[in-house]
Amino acid sequence: MPQETNLPNKSVLTPFNIVAGIIILAGLIVTVLRFTKGLGTVTNLDDNNPWGLWIGFDLLCGVALAAGGYVTSAACYIFGFKRFHSAVRPAILTAFLGYALVVLALHYDVGRPWRLPYPIFVSPGTTSLLYEVGLCVFLYLTVLFIEYSPAALEWLGMKKLRNLIVRMTLVLTIFGVVLSTLHQSSLGALFMIAPSKLHPLWYSNYLPVYFFVSSIFAGLSMVIFEGTLAHRFLHDKMDATHLKESDGVVFGFSKAASFVMMGYLSIKLIGISVDNNWHLLFTGWGLWFLLELIGFVALPAFLYSLAVRERNLRWARWAAAWSVLGLVLNRLNISVIAFNWHLPSAQRYFPSWMEIVTSIFIVTLGVVIYRFITTRMPIFYDHPDYRHDI
Amino acid sequence: MGVTRRKFLGWVGAATVGTTSMMGTRAHAASNKHFDGFPGSFGVLHDATRCIGCRKCEEACNRVNELPSPDQPFDDLAVLDNPRRTNAAAFTIVNRFESDDGGPAIYAKNQCNQCLEPACASACFVRALRKDKTGAVVYNASLCVGCRYCMIACPFNIPAYEYNEPLTPRIRKCHLCQFRIEKGLLPGCVETCPTEALTFGERDRLLKIAGQRINNFPGRYVDHIYGQHEMGGTSWMYLSPKPFTQIGLREDLGVQPAARFTSGPLSAVPIIVGLWPVLLTGIYAISKRKEKIAQQERIEAVAATVADANEEMKVKLAELKEKMTREKEAAINLEVKKALKEAAEKEEV
Repeated sequence: MPQETNLPNKSVLTPFNIVAGIIILAGLIVTVLRFTKGLGTVTNLDDNNPWGLWIGFDLLCGVALAAGGYVTSAACYIFGFKRFHSAVRPAILTAFLGYALVVLALHYDVGRPWRLPYPIFVSPGTTSLLYEVGLCVFLYLTVLFIEYSPAALEWLGMKKLRNLIVRMTLVLTIFGVVLSTLHQSSLGALFMIAPSKLHPLWYSNYLPVYFFVSSIFAGLSMVIFEGTLAHRFLHDKMDATHLKESDGVVFGFSKAASFVMMGYLSIKLIGISVDNNWHLLFTGWGLWFLLELIGFVALPAFLYSLAVRERNLRWARWAAAWSVLGLVLNRLNISVIAFNWHLPSAQRYFPSWMEIVTSIFIVTLGVVIYRFITTRMPIFYDHPDYRHDI
Repeated sequence: MGVTRRKFLGWVGAATVGTTSMMGTRAHAASNKHFDGFPGSFGVLHDATRCIGCRKCEEACNRVNELPSPDQPFDDLAVLDNPRRTNAAAFTIVNRFESDDGGPAIYAKNQCNQCLEPACASACFVRALRKDKTGAVVYNASLCVGCRYCMIACPFNIPAYEYNEPLTPRIRKCHLCQFRIEKGLLPGCVETCPTEALTFGERDRLLKIAGQRINNFPGRYVDHIYGQHEMGGTSWMYLSPKPFTQIGLREDLGVQPAARFTSGPLSAVPIIVGLWPVLLTGIYAISKRKEKIAQQERIEAVAATVADANEEMKVKLAELKEKMTREKEAAINLEVKKALKEAAEKEEV
């Protein structure tokens, strides 16, 4: 049983632990600097560039890459793809950790983090899309916590509560999809207030739709990508069902991702047509835009479809990593790279090393907590007491 | 578990009602309604042809707002050699713009333009920024979270942030000296301007004054009042001898107030809240029903196969029976024939 392989009497000084320890130490030092000296010391942000890596990567990419939670649970419980069932728990766990870390990262970025509940409980600014995002992220984090909790409750042996929550699965899944649709799209809509700052190739009235659709294939890709890592490092935690279903999950998700990415490509082209921005494609920014769209959407989508046709697991996994990179590029383009594109280069933003360290620190925290949970709780295997109910 | 299901549903309900009811008061994405500012609200007209770049307005602003004193004194005009923007320690700045035709340099003052429908106020998720009845766009630091979305939203790049305050950073920007207006005083910069390049008054009156100046001196001004319509109109307006882009004001901002850009996505929110559960439950029901039908079909198929097999068996049995009967009869007939033949032979003998 996986529990018995838990925590063997190995030395604590594994390479993973050493590297993670160094990163966490560096992160803690930057944390102290952030809360004693302020953003001015730690970041390269300024009055023209108020949002940098912590919003562009930690928030925008974090939320999009955590979309695997709602995508997988919707596929399994709403669309009825029961054969993806073993992928649900890892995806929900990643999503829950992803969102929790997004909120943690916001504590670094905003000026007075203890006021983060203000928009909901003190002074709601309902004309703001950021309010929409805040409310949905808050509610969805709660939903994800509840969706994740059966794994913890099985570990703790709290059967009654666990069974009660499992009975709510469908309602929670529907809530999750509604809330995800809203805030995934609203993150894109945030930038619609500034048409004068975002490059016209990226600015579109369809930004919310783009963000939502790209979150779907980002979520699918992330499930495959993360599954790849899990197979490599946590293989012994997986039970027979998980191992039997996992190839099916990879190919099923690859097929879906390829399909959604092709749809995304077509709506991007529609966006260019609607705004008649074709001529901009032949500028430097246009090349950069095409690199994102062809190099990091069309090509991985094609590789996905090849992988499915040839039943090639390696290609599917490469396509997943490639798509994840593409998503990151897209979010950084919109929030940082093509934002303020008209400013002279001396006034443009590039993250400081301390911002980068903080982002790596937060991702590392996620990996460490993920490993802590998956080595202890029934994530990759069914708990023996509940093997027969779904 | 800290959250009961009922409580949670209540929150979602409240959120839905909250977003929907606010749509009623603010969204008019598809209407022709246009907000012309609060009646009788104030503004300032900046006439760049009169500005001499003396930076007295910067000094007065610094004084009345009790801002930290700058590194270089206000009478040091070398500061003008480099373009500047507003920052946490300077709510207003004057920039010098060299004329492209060799004429004299133009000076223009920059500060918050006090939009009629401010992008920053629309973007603020705690209502820390709002348009005041006086015409000022004012800020309440006691609500501000410090998310800086107002800075993203502002088309004029005005709000600044106290990046070096670790725990209590504020957004800093010109507020039209609202606290002075309420006491019947002029904004610091207007009061101090030695050349009357700044005119304070009701916005409607300022528009008339600006129009008169353009009419009276057509050669002196570009025939446009910047701020009359830009971004839905601003309370701070400009006259210029050169196209406004040459004095650092963007002319590609359009006339829509910023809130109009986001009203579409905001109005989609309640629709998704209403429609998605229906759609998703429908998809669930369809997949469930398909599953059920598939199972039923499986049962029927099994039953049919069994029935078919039974039928076949019966036919085979019947055939076998018949065959056996026939064989038996044939055997009997043969025996009978044989017996008859034997009997006949016996008789012959």
